[in-house]
Amino acid sequence: MSNKKKIVIVGATSAIAEHYARLWIEKQPIDLTLVGRDAQRIERVASDLKVRSSESDIRIVQAVFLDPQAINATVESIVKSGRVDVVLIAHGFLPEQADCQDDLETCRKALDVNGISPVIYAEAFAKLMAKANYGTIALIGSVAGDRGRKSNYVYGAAKGLVTRYAQGLQHRFAGTGVKVVLIKPGPTDTPMTAHLKGKGAKLAPVEDVAKQVFEGVKAGKPVIYAPGKWWLIMMIIRHLPAIVFNKVNI
Amino acid sequence: MKPVSSWGRLSADPHYVVPLNDPSKVENLVCRGPQPGVAHGMGRSYGDVCLNSEGTLWITTGLDHFINFDESTGRLVCEAGVLLRDIQRLAIPRGWILPVTPGTQLVTVGGAIANDVHGKNHHVLGSFGDHVQSLTLIRTDGELIHCGLNERNDLFAATVGGMGLTGVITQAEIQLRRVASPWLDTETVPYANLGEFFELADDSEADWEHTVSWIDCITGDGGRGIFMRGNSTNVEFRPEPEGRKLSIPVVPPVSLVNRLSLRPFNMAYYHLKRWQAGPAIMHYQPFFYPLDNLLEWNRMYGPKGFFQYQSVVPREVGQDAVRAMLKEIARSGDGSFLAVLKTFGNRQPVGMLSFPQPGVTLALDFPNHGERTHKLFERLDAIVREAKGRLYPAKDARMPRDLFEAGYLRLNEFMKYRDPGISSGLSRRLMGS
Ligand SMILES: Cc1cc2nc3c(=O)[nH]c(=O)nc-3n(C[C@H](O)[C@H](O)[C@H](O)COP(=O)(O)OP(=O)(O)OC[C@H]3O[C@@H](n4cnc5c(N)ncnc54)[C@H](O)[C@@H]3O)c2cc1C
Ligand SMILES: NC(=O)c1ccc[n+]([C@@H]2O[C@H](COP(=O)([O-])OP(=O)(O)OC[C@H]3O[C@@H](n4cnc5c(N)ncnc54)[C@H](OP(=O)(O)O)[C@@H]3O)[C@@H](O)[C@H]2O)c1
Repeated sequence: MSNKKKIVIVGATSAIAEHYARLWIEKQPIDLTLVGRDAQRIERVASDLKVRSSESDIRIVQAVFLDPQAINATVESIVKSGRVDVVLIAHGFLPEQADCQDDLETCRKALDVNGISPVIYAEAFAKLMAKANYGTIALIGSVAGDRGRKSNYVYGAAKGLVTRYAQGLQHRFAGTGVKVVLIKPGPTDTPMTAHLKGKGAKLAPVEDVAKQVFEGVKAGKPVIYAPGKWWLIMMIIRHLPAIVFNKVNI
Repeated sequence: MKPVSSWGRLSADPHYVVPLNDPSKVENLVCRGPQPGVAHGMGRSYGDVCLNSEGTLWITTGLDHFINFDESTGRLVCEAGVLLRDIQRLAIPRGWILPVTPGTQLVTVGGAIANDVHGKNHHVLGSFGDHVQSLTLIRTDGELIHCGLNERNDLFAATVGGMGLTGVITQAEIQLRRVASPWLDTETVPYANLGEFFELADDSEADWEHTVSWIDCITGDGGRGIFMRGNSTNVEFRPEPEGRKLSIPVVPPVSLVNRLSLRPFNMAYYHLKRWQAGPAIMHYQPFFYPLDNLLEWNRMYGPKGFFQYQSVVPREVGQDAVRAMLKEIARSGDGSFLAVLKTFGNRQPVGMLSFPQPGVTLALDFPNHGERTHKLFERLDAIVREAKGRLYPAKDARMPRDLFEAGYLRLNEFMKYRDPGISSGLSRRLMGS
């Protein structure tokens, strides 16, 4: 078995996840497994990382994201080839809130992809990491999960699910060799927010967010707000009394 | 819509901003638009070549993936939004380097091709396009075309230096060159006047790969300055300089570059450099990219922004023309400490509209003082026109159309290759559409 760190990224084509991977391979060659839904898109990410680090071992896994049986099989096969140091679960999508209200299929998909799917992936890894008593599970939630807001509460509810789940997992693994990290990015310049960028929204550079994710996961921080200022902003928003909050257009 | 400025910060007009993130979706995004668009990389061009007021900008920085690198041959294939910085970081530790690089590494491959940028080693290695083997172009009618030295070389010659007007470049194949270390052997030599500059430039061509000079545009008569030259070395294993970044945090209400600050600054800079003259080992970053650690330095010109005026004039008339321009500038009292004088080698560029041509190039920044600045430019234009020289579109926001036409003799040939779905501020200004 090689002594390279084994890193797994689920939703590997996410821009935040990709920059996270770049930070790893910049430092040292790693054993990297990229999990995604579209082979061609994962291949693009893999070729890039391969050029950046020819000594790294990079594997591609095309997978499904909702079927628990299939997810379990995917995760088992990944873990079989060696103990996992870090798994980052990154996939998600940002629906228009109005579409979630108008079309219940979209509403359900937003809950599935942003809430249910990451939890099932995390649970599948948790099972195996518990046995090994080793590894880090990092999940990407969102500041949107901190308080429901009219502009994106379905997405926010799914991210809130991830938040509560991560809390429970941290409780379960407290004092063991397994670490659980919850990442809450603020608005970040990635393909997910391309339409907001066109409207002039202020977005954090993805390199900066990835760097904070990288440092935070390495340190095993339980919760990472990235950029860090969102901790303060969300604390204020969480504590606004309803009478004030309901008047704010956010 | 969103306000977008280029490096000169002369305007902040609204644009429809469309990020291109996935090469397989570029076709869809560029075909769809009702009104013309133009590609926009890092926006490091100074004027309107990368702008399209009230129109669409296709932001290419999301096309930032490497595709292949052959370490035995130095062939790199990458997407067009990859930064030159990332290529240098990748390649130099493996013994390869970009053969040609402009004075900032914060530009995209697509931007470097579309302006066929030059570096300090033009007399040895030409411009960026000389090292591009092939590229992939997507036209707004949905056609995807590979062109290069061996296929569609007509379209290739239109696209190199083609200012984004022939299609959107999605990827390119670039030939890197061998390098032993990130360090250079350099020498700094003060010169007292233009005559000395030309002597130094001629003497250096044979033995030095990189040559450039800073010229004092304020003191008037002689044109004194500081000549810098460098060669790559095989010095290894020194601690790399710390990339400490400073930033101009806000836009000052007026330009910090003005008649009051210019004289003392130039004086101090000249004497400091004169004092530091002589040989030195330098890391490639401060040597090639002296300003890259001062983030957003373009803010120091205040809210009205600034122009850069970069000309090239043939060598035979070079000394007289440069002297005449410096005289006009000194008389105006405007100008800035960012003034660069260098010679180009005797070679023809690949691109139909590439800027470099044999001769000498002078580049200066000017704070935007409206009418007064434009009047000065008209006097400089007259000198360039008379010398049969031309101006660099990558730096331009105001040249008159006749000067452009007089300088770029292959313009008619180029027009056949334009993509009708693409238009920029500059193309409307200088080509009528
Ligand atoms: C500090 C500084 C120093 C500089 N030094 C030099 C120098 O030494 N030599 C030199 O030659 N230049 C120099 N420049 C200018 C700079 O190198 C060029 O303007 C360069 O083209 C900018 O690249 P960009 O990625 O920012 O492109 P942009 O400025 O965004 O765009 C430039 C042009 O490229 C086109 N373009 C961009 N991407 C694509 C694509 N994918 N497909 C098709 N067209 C595309 C745009 O439409 C536009 O016409 C300097 C600029 C600065 C700020
Ligand atoms: N960007 C922000 O502002 C922001 C803010 C807070 C939280 N986040 C969270 O950060 C994470 C990463 O997002 P990003 O910003 O990096 O965006 P991104 O680049 O658009 O990445 C989104 C990722 O999710 C995957 N995905 C989308 N829909 C999917 C589906 N139905 N099934 C499976 N996978 C799907 C995508 O896969 P394909 O490549 O196959 O489409 C891609 O890997 C997400 O969880 C997001 O919610 C982002």
